[in-house]
Amino acid sequence: MSVTASDPVSLSETAGRPTPGLLRRLPSSPVAVVGLALVLFWALVALVAPLLPLQPPNAQDYMAMAHPGSTAKHWLGVDPLGRDLLSRIVWGARTVLAVAPLAVVAAYTVGATMGLLSGYYRGWVDAVISRAGDVILSFPIVILYVILIANIGPSALNIVVAVVVASAPGISRIVRGLVMSLMHQEFVAAAYLRRESDVFVMLVELLPNCRAPLITDFCLRLGYTIITIGTLGFLGLGLPPPNPDWGGMVKQATSMITVFPHMALYPTIALVSLILGFNLLADGLTELSQAD
Amino acid sequence: MALLSIRDLRVEYTTVRGTVAAIPEFSLDIDAGESFGLVGESGCGKSTLIMAIMGYMGRNGAVTRGQILFEGQDIARLGAEPLRRIRGSRIAIVYQEPGTALNPSMTVGRQLMEVPLAHDAKIGRGAARDCAAQALADVHLPDPASVMRRYPHQLSGGQKQRVVIAMALLANPALLLLDEPTTGLDVTVEAAVLDLLNELREKYATALLYISHNLGVIAQVCERIGVMYAGKMVEQAPAAALFRNPRHPYTRGLLASLPRPGADKRSAPLVPIPGVVPAAGRAPPSCGFLTRCPHALAGVCDAGEISLLPAAPEHTVRCARWAELPPVRSPMAGARANLPASDDAPVVQALDLSRAFPVGRRMLLANDRLEITAQRGHVLAIVGESGSGKSTFAKVLAGLDAATSGSLVVLGQEVAGRPVRRRDAKLVAAVQMVFQQPDGTLNPSHPVGWPLARALRKFGIARGGDVEARVTALLEMVRLPPSLRHALPRQLSGGQKQRIAIARAFAGNPQILVADEPVSALDVSVQAAVINLLLAIQAEHRTTMVFISHDLGLVRYLADEVVVMYLGQVMEAGSVAALFEPPYHPYTEALLSAAPVPDPEVRTKRIRLEGEIPSPLAVPPGCRFATRCPRRIGRICDDTPPPLRGAAPGHVIHCHIPLDDLRAVAPVFRHAPAA
Repeated sequence: MSVTASDPVSLSETAGRPTPGLLRRLPSSPVAVVGLALVLFWALVALVAPLLPLQPPNAQDYMAMAHPGSTAKHWLGVDPLGRDLLSRIVWGARTVLAVAPLAVVAAYTVGATMGLLSGYYRGWVDAVISRAGDVILSFPIVILYVILIANIGPSALNIVVAVVVASAPGISRIVRGLVMSLMHQEFVAAAYLRRESDVFVMLVELLPNCRAPLITDFCLRLGYTIITIGTLGFLGLGLPPPNPDWGGMVKQATSMITVFPHMALYPTIALVSLILGFNLLADGLTELSQAD
Repeated sequence: MALLSIRDLRVEYTTVRGTVAAIPEFSLDIDAGESFGLVGESGCGKSTLIMAIMGYMGRNGAVTRGQILFEGQDIARLGAEPLRRIRGSRIAIVYQEPGTALNPSMTVGRQLMEVPLAHDAKIGRGAARDCAAQALADVHLPDPASVMRRYPHQLSGGQKQRVVIAMALLANPALLLLDEPTTGLDVTVEAAVLDLLNELREKYATALLYISHNLGVIAQVCERIGVMYAGKMVEQAPAAALFRNPRHPYTRGLLASLPRPGADKRSAPLVPIPGVVPAAGRAPPSCGFLTRCPHALAGVCDAGEISLLPAAPEHTVRCARWAELPPVRSPMAGARANLPASDDAPVVQALDLSRAFPVGRRMLLANDRLEITAQRGHVLAIVGESGSGKSTFAKVLAGLDAATSGSLVVLGQEVAGRPVRRRDAKLVAAVQMVFQQPDGTLNPSHPVGWPLARALRKFGIARGGDVEARVTALLEMVRLPPSLRHALPRQLSGGQKQRIAIARAFAGNPQILVADEPVSALDVSVQAAVINLLLAIQAEHRTTMVFISHDLGLVRYLADEVVVMYLGQVMEAGSVAALFEPPYHPYTEALLSAAPVPDPEVRTKRIRLEGEIPSPLAVPPGCRFATRCPRRIGRICDDTPPPLRGAAPGHVIHCHIPLDDLRAVAPVFRHAPAA
């Protein structure tokens, strides 16, 4: 039998052209580009905050309190305690962009582990993990946060802990579903035929294939977490004062909101633009991954 | 005047990468009552043509030139409302997936009644119900009244396809479009559906446009055949003429990649077509087949557009060199070489091997007391319809599943209850597997060289710098360029992925290769190349191959021994030569007769099985096959498990019918050249 001359194969005859990774194709989605621009703007602001010629965020200007509106010295005016709003918004970006990603990454570590274990082992492992998650998910989310923070006290670390507890079950559900469908794929069987360990199959064969849906979810969750941090700040459960915190700034301004609406408006605009950025980015990534 | 006349049709799609002509230029005439078969591999534009006729091209597709004349009216440029009136009443369509064609939340009866109600305003509900019941009776569904009350999920795949055909015929269309209507059905069900189509066509005088990649199926249904390649008709002829005297190199290539009845791997090897079908709009403009054609001649074939040339009465071909091509080599009835010697002990020996799955409080016996033996260096094929337990046995053998009772000795070790984790590394490396789905077989996140390197390291074949060299050697073994190792699976074609899967299986120098339908998802020309490769490597390494398949033509071509399974049990086992000649087990006989043969000159004995495969949770207590057996001899078949009859050394049949009666039947295949 001869199979030599009849079947030369080369890459040039492959059926489809390679599609580059999701992130590299990002520029082709206008929605994603706008979202990314908003996020990058705030990331840049947070990064260069110490270099900007701003008032210290916690310095009180008693003279400005008489005219808290926009002046040459305080471009966006001052808050009820006479602190420069622009400076506090800029430094507040630093807080939110440090705490939110940290919290979401931590939530992903816990949630993905839970999802991998329950999707892979099924049976009682799945039952325990999924039911525990269901209990957490059955709480109204704000109440859950209030219960947690009220008990362990407001601090950056405790915000992270609260976000992990509240978000991990949702992440676990996504990963569990993906893993369960991937388990039927033949490359998993091929891995068993190489005597790969369970941990290897989970981390090297399964987890990388959950990437695309998780990137989108990651961006969305960052947006939600920023809302959460804002809400906690508004409820007085955010970062302890005098740290600049967008949600806390809105809360402090509420008593004067009819007289000096700018004190609540500017931090709200900051909050909304950052959340919008992450949501648009997530939308754009979904659109791109569906175009495959 | 032709019923359907497609003239110089051009269909274009707008994509992000620009405009693509999925069909550059296409013409076709179908007369009233005629059955026309259109063949070609996936990506040749067959389904695009159907979509263009139905006007379902989506927002980015359009007919940019030419006409689709149906009963004299150009339906390509008809408004939405007049087109809707033609669709469903004058032109009906049957798709590949019967499951998705039916609405899961409506009873079959209500869906069928919608057709007369929608197309005839005056008809009452009672009359519509009568029409629907009559249509179900016409497609031979037993007890139409009960089928009407059922939901689609309560029907089997074959029954659903009958319902879809009934629905298509309800409006008494002049033209019925069939897009791979039997792909995905078992052969016995497929044969019955094809019979039904032939019968209905005579009864209603409906013209058929039958689209398939399967030449065997087309040969059974169609009077005239067109071959489509790269969006163009490359050859068109009456069915008998096309098979007897194919003129276009692509048609010849398609036929040469199929195992002919009677041929085997030693007498007439398959000849694959090099390369793959070009992506839509990327074929050379002069002759689309140019880059893959063994007869291409510079200056002639690439000089300019080639038109359809008349080669014989009613036989046209789009080839500049058709007259110079050598005559077709008829399959040689060459001497069958002897089997490779095997004095060794069998490498696989299953004895009373069972795999039971608990379902509620009952037991599903996927494998029931199997007795299967494989010799070193031989190819053992396991055939049977879906649900026969072939894949379960494959998994137990490879260690992806464990048997619940019985014995399975592999290379001298008892492994029945030992899945991979409980086998030693050497044994795991020795039994490897090639899977069915090219798209699922490789991890999309890792480059294709990765599983090869990983397997080499895990099996201790190579370490350090040797790994790279071994990966190169493996890729060369499956005739892929070594540079391919850095490519991601999505950059590879289906055939290339299966080659990587073969390389991966051979990384640990296996002694037994389990191949579970390794080519059933590939196009015919690619199938031939992968089969040739698999057989070459298998013969060179003297690997034992357990080949799971439902394709009897392929099994006859490549197997040394065959096991026929039905509902978890072995019905018949023997050498390939013995199995394809009488005496047959009645189930084997039915399977053989159902297999579509790509040659109208081969007459097949017509045996059709009644009913559906019984539920594996309620198996008949006697012979498993008794409920569908056309040769059932009496009560004994229903109550008593059949005895084992040794027809010849190594050839066993489990049947109550005496051996002499089994011997007395005529062979299933008979060569009868047309006058």
